[in-house]
Amino acid sequence: MSMMKKNYVVETIRKAQMVEMLANGKRMDGRAPDEHRPIKIQTGIIQKANGSALVTLGNTEVIAGVKIATGTPFADTPDKGLLVVNAEILPLASAYAEPGPPSEDAIELARVVDRGIRESEMVDLTKLCLIEGKSVYTVFVDVNIMNVDGNLFDAMSYAVVSALRTAKMKKYVVEDDKPKATEEEIPVPVERIPVSVTMARIGDALVVDPMSEEEAAMDMRITITTDDDGNICASQKGEASTISPEKVLEAVDLSIRIGKEIREKILEATS
Amino acid sequence: MEPKRKLIGDDGLRQDGRTWDQLRPIKMEVGLLKNADGSAYIEWGKNKIMAAVYGPKEVHPKHQVLPDRALVRTRYHMAPFSVDERKNPAPSRREIEISKVTREALEPAVIVEDYPRTAIEVWIEVLQSDGGSRVAGITAASLALADAGINLRDLVVGCSCGIVDGKVVADLDDTEDKEGSGDMPVAIMPNLNYVTLLQVDGIYSREQFQKAFELAIEKGREVYAMQREALTKKFFGDGQVSTSSEEEAE
Repeated sequence: MSMMKKNYVVETIRKAQMVEMLANGKRMDGRAPDEHRPIKIQTGIIQKANGSALVTLGNTEVIAGVKIATGTPFADTPDKGLLVVNAEILPLASAYAEPGPPSEDAIELARVVDRGIRESEMVDLTKLCLIEGKSVYTVFVDVNIMNVDGNLFDAMSYAVVSALRTAKMKKYVVEDDKPKATEEEIPVPVERIPVSVTMARIGDALVVDPMSEEEAAMDMRITITTDDDGNICASQKGEASTISPEKVLEAVDLSIRIGKEIREKILEATS
Repeated sequence: MEPKRKLIGDDGLRQDGRTWDQLRPIKMEVGLLKNADGSAYIEWGKNKIMAAVYGPKEVHPKHQVLPDRALVRTRYHMAPFSVDERKNPAPSRREIEISKVTREALEPAVIVEDYPRTAIEVWIEVLQSDGGSRVAGITAASLALADAGINLRDLVVGCSCGIVDGKVVADLDDTEDKEGSGDMPVAIMPNLNYVTLLQVDGIYSREQFQKAFELAIEKGREVYAMQREALTKKFFGDGQVSTSSEEEAE
């Protein structure tokens, strides 16, 4: 990500150092190549939101907030509720972030996380339908990036999943062909736990959960989201570099293995 | 939910009559635009896409200059009339993301170090869209780069595979993309055997993932043969450089 300014001299030396260390299976901060940083998940931090989560992944910090209302469905999916995932990289999050319309990086970030949540069928959107073609629940998940230290993809994904898993919404009933709010609070119909695992290729090595320093030196990035059954439901390659087909399959297996570990953590923090 | 209609018939054929691993008809032509330094046009299924390259040229604004290499700019843009319902001509979030991954798919093939302090601009205009428009756009853009005479490590070629009716199939069209359960666009540098674009959505078992991924690479190589043919036609004419005809002349 272009969140870290590239300084060619320092970057080149750092990268050479990293490649050398990785040949012995070591990373700058002492982690193993397949080791993610400590994950902390705190839910229910914003009372005015239907659901919320603060996730820290090392020094990367993000807040997700869920707001739920009712609205009209899209014409091509009249029996499905709306789920919209968005991200903003705040100017307070990094010296290299700027206020203004969303950058290319922020758009990619939000779309890749959205894809993982949507394609895994985490939320059963058909259960969010009130009156077909007329009224459905609308679920907006907005994410504020608070501090950037690499791997915004995974931090954001864990925050969105945790916020959705703990969100409560007003139950609506249909009276006279109109949706009517009740006092009852119900959970969002979540079925699955998609887990995003992002890896950086630095030289020949794949490292899980790259921090900023590693992102500045990496050749390319690959994010793979898997579901509870170890199926692959979303992926995205990033950066102007290449990966061999064999390495892609290695990344797939790594994401399935690490994803399982992280799913347990999310489950523990949100149930 | 209404029952999904079947996209693969009992005879194993798809709605447009293709087998599971068959490509749609593809046509390419290089060097159609007069002003561009390089250009290419592709028809792939119902996709009609023009790609143009300008550069290497001076960088504006100047603060974007890269001291050691060329700046590669790409824009993937869909014409308002390219889809069923008029599309707002302003770039959508989807187009912005595709422009980014397109740049990241093409740039590894460009020897950017050969052109420091310059910009190489790649404009992709989708005149009519069908499934797989981003890989078709990348395939055409790579030809336009070659046509512009820019130093390349390899061509870049793409193909999308996915899952339809629970089966892995090659080269999804519009309907299969919308109603199927997964789409996986892949771009490769065929001679160097590297992947430069990979995006996945849908639900794939580990086996299905590998099958779709390897199929996309295999089909990409088929499209690569057509790319070479289109370049040969541009630079050596219709007669092609077939050695047999030269032998006959002797």
